[in-house]
Amino acid sequence: MSIKYAEAEPATTDATKYVGRAVDRIDGPAKTTGEARFAAEYSYPDLAYAALVHATIPRGRITAIDTAAARAVRGVIDVLTHESTPAMKPPPKPSVLDLSSMVAGTSVNYLGTDEVHWNGQPIAVVVAETPETARYAASLVRPAYQELPAATDFEAEKHHAVPQKSSLISEASANKGDAPAALAAAPYAVDLTFSTPPQSHNAIEPHASTAVWDGDRLTLHEGTQNIPWTRRHLALRFGVPEKGIRILSPYVGGGFGGKGSVWAGTLLAVLAARVTGRAVRLALTRESVYHTVGGRTASTQRVALGAEADGRLTALIHTSVSRTGRTGGSGEQITAGSRHLYAAPNIHLQQNVVQLDLLANTFMRAPGESIGTFAMESAVDELAWKLGMDPIELRMRNEPERDPLGGQEFSGRRLREAYALGAERFGWHARDPRAGAMRDGKWLVGMGVATAYHPSLQMMASVTVRLEAAGTLVVRCGLHEMGMGTATVQAQIAADEMGVPLEQVRVEYGDSDLPPGPQAGGSMQTATAAAGVLAACAKLKRTLTGLARRAPGSPLRGTRPADVQARDGGLYAGGRGLTYKELLSAAGRDHVEAEVKGSTLAFMAKFLRERRKWVKAATGAHFCEVRVDPDTMEVRVSRWLGVFDAGTIINARTAASQLRGGIVMGLGMALSEHTLIDPRNGRVVNPSLSEYHLPVHADVPHIDVEWLNEPDPNMPLGLRGIGEVGITGVAAAVANAVRHATGKRVADLPITLDKLL
Amino acid sequence: MKVNGDVAALDVEPWVSLLDALRERLGVTGPKKGCDQGACGACTVLADGVRINSCLALAVQYDGQEITTIEGVDHPLQEAFVRNDGLQCGYCTSGQICSAIGMLAEHAAGMPSAAGGSGALTEDEVRERMSGNLCRCGAYNGIVDAIMEVAR
Ligand code: FES
Ligand code: FES
Repeated sequence: MSIKYAEAEPATTDATKYVGRAVDRIDGPAKTTGEARFAAEYSYPDLAYAALVHATIPRGRITAIDTAAARAVRGVIDVLTHESTPAMKPPPKPSVLDLSSMVAGTSVNYLGTDEVHWNGQPIAVVVAETPETARYAASLVRPAYQELPAATDFEAEKHHAVPQKSSLISEASANKGDAPAALAAAPYAVDLTFSTPPQSHNAIEPHASTAVWDGDRLTLHEGTQNIPWTRRHLALRFGVPEKGIRILSPYVGGGFGGKGSVWAGTLLAVLAARVTGRAVRLALTRESVYHTVGGRTASTQRVALGAEADGRLTALIHTSVSRTGRTGGSGEQITAGSRHLYAAPNIHLQQNVVQLDLLANTFMRAPGESIGTFAMESAVDELAWKLGMDPIELRMRNEPERDPLGGQEFSGRRLREAYALGAERFGWHARDPRAGAMRDGKWLVGMGVATAYHPSLQMMASVTVRLEAAGTLVVRCGLHEMGMGTATVQAQIAADEMGVPLEQVRVEYGDSDLPPGPQAGGSMQTATAAAGVLAACAKLKRTLTGLARRAPGSPLRGTRPADVQARDGGLYAGGRGLTYKELLSAAGRDHVEAEVKGSTLAFMAKFLRERRKWVKAATGAHFCEVRVDPDTMEVRVSRWLGVFDAGTIINARTAASQLRGGIVMGLGMALSEHTLIDPRNGRVVNPSLSEYHLPVHADVPHIDVEWLNEPDPNMPLGLRGIGEVGITGVAAAVANAVRHATGKRVADLPITLDKLL
Repeated sequence: MKVNGDVAALDVEPWVSLLDALRERLGVTGPKKGCDQGACGACTVLADGVRINSCLALAVQYDGQEITTIEGVDHPLQEAFVRNDGLQCGYCTSGQICSAIGMLAEHAAGMPSAAGGSGALTEDEVRERMSGNLCRCGAYNGIVDAIMEVAR
C-alpha cells in the first residue's frame, strides 16, 4: 500500500501544550443544556420508587413495626422491614489487606437487625409505583421501640475521649522536646480553646440510586466517588460475582467526600430491587441525606504557643477531640497540618476521639485539616497580637527549612513567595495594625491572613490509552467527575503526551467496566490518574515507535527510538515522520492500545518509601478583608485573595474554580454552617437547605486566586491535588480579619453576630 | 400544558409537583431536585417566561401555561457559563441558567431588589437577585461573570 507521508513540521514549543492553559471543560455543553444525566435520571419501563422510614430514637430495639396502613395505600408494592426482608451479608471488617472494606459508611446491616444505632437510621423501605405514593406511605409506617440509654451530646461526652490510634496513613500524635515545659518558660504565650460544629456536605444533588437486577447481574446508576470499592462491596453484601455488577456514574452532582462511602440509600435501593424484582429508584430527600450520610465531626481543640520576643516559637501544642459513631466513622486528622507548618523546637500533638450514638462521621472536604487549620492559624494570629508583630512576619520567622518533626526535605515549599506575592497584590501594607482602626463609612474593616495546607498524595490507577485508525485517542479509566474537570485535565495531559489536538481525545470515565481508577478523595485523583495516563502514553508511544521503525516505506525506518517525538498528530524524528493515521494504515491496524495496571502493593511501597524522604503538600496564603456592621455586628466578606503553591496547574480555568470552591465552602464554615444536633436525643434538627445555611451568591465576593506554578519535583507532571487545599485556613483568615476589625477573637465556629455583640 | 414548545397532555394527581411531573412523568430531567422545598433553586424553570421553583408548584396549577426548562433554552448564557466556568458538577446549572434568564427579564421590567434597585445591572444586583440559586461547588464567581457578560 502506498501512503503519503506528512511534511516535516516545526518543533513543538511549550506554547502549543495544553497543560497549563485555561481550557473550557469538556462536559460544559452537556451540563448547560440539560443533556447531562445524573443517577436519578435513568428510566426503566418497570421502574418503581422507594422511600425511607427513619428511626426516631437514638438507640434501642424495634419491638414491633406496623406496616398495615402503608401497605393499604393504593400503588404500594412492598414495605421492607427487618421482619419481612432477607438480610444482606454483613459488611466486612475494615482491613488494609482489602482496602475496599473501608468503603462501608457504617457497620450496620440495614433491615438485617432490630437494633437502632442512631436517630434517623433507616428501619423500613417503602416501594411504590410513584414517588408521591412511596413518600406518603412511608409516613404511615408505625414502629414501636424499646429505648436504651444513648450518648449523643458531644459537649457532655468529650471528656471521655481517648487517644486516637495512629494508622499507616496518618499519625494521631507527635512529641518533640518538652512542649509543656517550654510553654511554661516562654516569655510570650497564648493558650486557646476552639470549637467547631458538625457540618454537612450538602452536595446539591441528594444521593440517588437507580438499581436494576437481571438474575445475578446488577446495573446501578449511582453518583459515587469510589466506583471500584462500591462494586466490590455490593458483590460481597449480595453474594454475587463482582464482574456481574455494572456501576454507571458519569456525572456526580457534587460529592465533597459525602459520596465516597457506601451509605444506606445505595444498599437499600439495591436490596429493594432484589426483593421486589422491579427496577428501583431511591432518590433521597434532603432530610434522608442528613439521616443516612455522615458529615464532619464536631471538634474541640486546644492550641498553645510559646515564643521569644522576636517571635521565634519555642513551644507548639495542638490537641483535639473529635467524635465517631458507635457503628462507624474515624478520628479526623485535625493536627495533621500542625506537624509541618512551624519550626518549633518543642512540639506536642495529640488527637483524641470519643464514640457517640450518632450516625458515623465521614470525610468532608479536607477532613481534619480544615478545622485544624482554623485553630492553629487563629492561635498564630493571636500570638502576633500579643507580640505586637505583623502576622505574616511572625509566620515567616517560623517558616521551617525542613520538616519540623521528621526532618525530611520539603518536596518544594514556597510559602514565603506565596505570602510576599499575596501581600503585594492584596495591599497588605495599607493595613493599619491596630484593631478597629480601619473604617469605610460606618463599616468596621478588618484584614486577616492564614496559611492553607494539604498533603499531596497519589494512589493507584489502571489506565488504557488507545489510538484509533481515524486518529482519535481514547483514554479509558473509571474516573469520577464531580465537577473537578476530571475528563478535561486528563484529555489535556494525553493530548500533550501523544501530540494530538485536544478535540481528538476522548476520555471515557465513570463506569465500572473501565479499568479501575482511583477513588476521588484526599485530593488524589488527578495526580493518580495523570501518572497512569503518562505511563500508558509512554507505553503506547513505544509500541507505535516500534511499528513506525518497521513499517514498509516509513520515513522512520532505522531511526533511534530516543530520537522519535510524538507531536503534530504523529511521530517525528528531526525533519522526518508520519501521522498516526498513516502509521496505523501502513501497519494494517485499526487501533493500537497500551494498558497500565495499578497495584495496591506497589502503591503502599512507594507511599512508605517516599514518606521517609519528602514531605509533599500544597500550601497557600489566604488574604481576607471583612466589613463588620458596628450596630448589628454582621460580618460580610468583602475581598479575598488566595495564593497557592500547588505545583503545576494543568487547567487554569478549572483549577481556579476548584480553589474558589474550597474557599466558598470555607466561608460557609466560617460564618454560617452548623448541623444542629439535639443533645438530648441525637436528632438533626435542621436537616434542610433552608435551615442549614450555605453561602449564597450574595455572600461571596469576587475571589482572586493565584498560583506560583512551580512544579513539584516528586509528583507526576509536578502537579499537586487542589481539591482540598482551598478550604484549609479559610475560617481562620476570616476569624483573623474579624479580630482585626473588632478586637474580638471568636474561637467558636460559626462566627455569628451573637458572638460579637 | 406546553413544555419546551411541545404540547404535553398529562393526567396527574392534584398533589404532584410540577418538578416531579416534568422529571418522572415526562422524562424532562433538566430541572433538578436539590431540596424539594424551595430552598435551593435547582428546579427553576420558566412559566410563561417567569422564573419559578417547580418543586413548590403543583402541576395542575400550570394547566395551559408554557413551561420552559433548560432543554428548551437556547440562550447566549449557556455558552457564557462554559466560557466563564460558571459550573462545576453541573447539578445547579440548569436552575442557575433558567433563573438568570428570568432575573434579567425582571430587572429589565424594573422590578426592584434588596440590593438597591432597577438601575444598571451591577454585580451586586446580580448576586442579590440570584441568591435563591445555591451552588455548593462554589461556582458563584463564574456564574456572575457569565451573567454580566451577557447582560452587557
Ligand atoms: S428543588 Fe426546588 S428549590 Fe430546591
Ligand atoms: S455546579 Fe455543583 S452545585 Fe453548582
